[in-house]
Amino acid sequence: MTARASDVARRVRDGATAVRWYVRQVMGDDAYATYAAHQRAVHPGCDVVDEREFWRLRHAEQDANPGARCC
Amino acid sequence: MTTDTRAARNGAAPDDEPDIVQDPSLPPTAVPPERSRTRWTPPKIALWAAISLLGGVAWVMLAVVRGETVNAIWFVFAAVCTYLIGYRFYSKVIERYITRPDDRRATPAETREDGKDYVPTDRRVLFGHHFAAIAGAGPLVGPVLAAQMGYLPGTIWIIVGVVLAGAVQDYLVLFFSMRRGGRTIGQMARQELGRVGGTAAIVASLLIMIIIVAILALVVVNALGESPWGVFSVSMTIPIALFMGVYLRYLRPGKISEVSVIGFGLLLAAIIGGGWIADTAWGAELFTLDRTTIAVGIIVYGFVAAVLPVWLLLAPRDYLSTFMKVGVIVVLAVAVIVVRPEITVPAISEFASGETGPVVSGALFPFLFVTIACGALSGFHALIASGTTPKLVEKERQTRFIGYGGMLMESFVAIMALVAAISIDRGIYFAMNSSAAATGGTVEGAVAFVNGLGLMGVNLTPDMLTSTAAAVGEPSIVSRTGGAPTLALGLAHIMQQVVGGTAMMGFWYHFAIMFEALFILTAVDAGTRVARFMLQDTIGNVFPKFKDIAWRPGVWSCTAIMVAGWGSILYLGVTDPLGGINTFFPLFGIANQLLAAIALAVVLAIVAKRGRSYQRWLWIVAAPLAFTAVITIWASIEKIFSPVPAVGYWAQHNAFQDALAAGETSFGTAGSVEAMEAVVRNTFVQGTLSIVFVVLAIVVIVASVLVTAKALRDGGGENHEDPPVASRRFAPADVFTTKAEKEIEKEWAALPPGERPAPTGHR
Repeated sequence: MTARASDVARRVRDGATAVRWYVRQVMGDDAYATYAAHQRAVHPGCDVVDEREFWRLRHAEQDANPGARCC
Repeated sequence: MTTDTRAARNGAAPDDEPDIVQDPSLPPTAVPPERSRTRWTPPKIALWAAISLLGGVAWVMLAVVRGETVNAIWFVFAAVCTYLIGYRFYSKVIERYITRPDDRRATPAETREDGKDYVPTDRRVLFGHHFAAIAGAGPLVGPVLAAQMGYLPGTIWIIVGVVLAGAVQDYLVLFFSMRRGGRTIGQMARQELGRVGGTAAIVASLLIMIIIVAILALVVVNALGESPWGVFSVSMTIPIALFMGVYLRYLRPGKISEVSVIGFGLLLAAIIGGGWIADTAWGAELFTLDRTTIAVGIIVYGFVAAVLPVWLLLAPRDYLSTFMKVGVIVVLAVAVIVVRPEITVPAISEFASGETGPVVSGALFPFLFVTIACGALSGFHALIASGTTPKLVEKERQTRFIGYGGMLMESFVAIMALVAAISIDRGIYFAMNSSAAATGGTVEGAVAFVNGLGLMGVNLTPDMLTSTAAAVGEPSIVSRTGGAPTLALGLAHIMQQVVGGTAMMGFWYHFAIMFEALFILTAVDAGTRVARFMLQDTIGNVFPKFKDIAWRPGVWSCTAIMVAGWGSILYLGVTDPLGGINTFFPLFGIANQLLAAIALAVVLAIVAKRGRSYQRWLWIVAAPLAFTAVITIWASIEKIFSPVPAVGYWAQHNAFQDALAAGETSFGTAGSVEAMEAVVRNTFVQGTLSIVFVVLAIVVIVASVLVTAKALRDGGGENHEDPPVASRRFAPADVFTTKAEKEIEKEWAALPPGERPAPTGHR
């Protein structure tokens, strides 16, 4: 019984983790982590800007290159 | 001429798939063909037989049985079963014969990976991104207006149209843009169709963007006019977005979900607070604005929003609207599936054949197909499916799920919106959607007008209108045109049966108005920026200074020109003596469908150039292109040449001009000389725009047909795809991972960490 209960609890936790991951990915919370991981893996010598600066640059880029949103 | 010399002349032999040599030290980057073949086991056959049967029964219930009433659940079954069959079978035909993706080939996201614009993204995440970018207020509005023709024509067009046209366009544009490093539809048009066709395509998309922004803004204005509750809660989105922007910039950068939850809470508070404030005397006085004032407000707002930095207003509101999109789908699905309302609207109404429907004028053929654009076939999606999304695709075969599947999802939203809107009383529907020119804007006028339409089973009483208005907390619901208020009422009507009872109707109504306004304001802001950018680029060819996006005078003047463009059309729509939405909405649909024709024309040329073995399947593109071209050009011609004043812009124009020349001081619904002059001016603008759109689209289609015909003669043409590069990663193609894919994933997981590409999944 307790084994079953813990199994259920684990599944619920896994499900919650997956949902949290999905929401963060779609909303863009993980964009900085993705960028930082890329920089460290591919350009090890280069500086990695901090999160604040990363978002500043990203928004500046969006200002320069606007993208459409549909109707 | 032999094949060899032709291939040499054209630079490449497109029929031959390039040989891609994979790194032998890596596990497979694609599922080998012999392992990806479907084995048709008995349970699988039974499942698809059951889906087909259920779908068939649902269609019979909708189209053949049509008793006194029909239950909404049949709409859900008909839609979902047809989507599943279209996705499982038709999109695979397209994949096998038209796109022919090759997972051994690296996508731009892999070859150009930079951690920002080009990022191999988990397919399900990218599906979410793509859906949030394509879906907005469009699929919520068009189906509502088309409901005047009965539920059946709109339902068939939304469901069949998406499977054979809309999703095909989205999928193909996404795929071919991906093969070209994420090139935009305009760039592809120039490259594939030559300078004339390409330039016409770019000019057309700029003009179409302006008209779409104008008419979306008109929908918001109509929803908020004389509505203190709506005006308060929607204007509160501005300070809420500003707060979120500052929060993300200075307090907690990158915490997007967190700030979105906070923003959503504030949004709900604004809706509830709006109800209280609209009840007070000072609140009602302060926030009751007429439509002209709101239109001017939106024009000013549109300019300011488009020159403000992205982080302050656009980005946070975009997060909020992504968040709301999920909420809307859940609310709509709950509304329809849990409550399963009975629909009393006739399958095909009295207005399907005539041209005098009060909501939008014109007969079913061709006007149904331009009234419902988004949800069935939307040309605007070509701008999204080329550009941002293709730069994020991880593996080629995923484009079917993201492009085709994403559009099916939007179509489902459109069906839900249709069902919600037709669940309300038909008399109320026509009272809300007939223009103030017809109803006089009063309860008595609306009752007289609607009952005078002579509709079967419609008996509207003044009490029905006043009590419904009171239930949703509005001063009146007469002539609330544009579709948004009707959908909001339908939603409120259904949702109060799930949560809150009649006491909550006002909340649900304004919740719906709020999300539609939020989607539209985001589209207005983003559309203005894109249009400004395109204009700067164009002027920059003559005066290079304008290309400098940091040069304020250039940015400001180009923004002002674009805002003046859509703002003037919005203003004409708001002050139109003939009603506004009923005369202007067809322009929106025609513009959107002509853009679809342009996108499909570009794709047609691309497919024909790929070689003989592709040309046999060209009908997959040619059929929807021919359909949308014929239907939209036909609609344009009716709008230009029809002698019926309600349909033809120029017929109306001439009728009013003649009346003015004859010295009359009132004509039709225009009660004064100024109003008559306004009609003359508006119909001139509408008629001119119709001509410009249709000419541009015809230029592009002719260019495409010429290029295609040459490619058919030559057995192929120049190949503009990026050169193939071997992929060094693996990911499943569809929403669910197959057994063969799981095995390959295991092989990749067994690699030593140093040799593995960076994971994008969460495990």
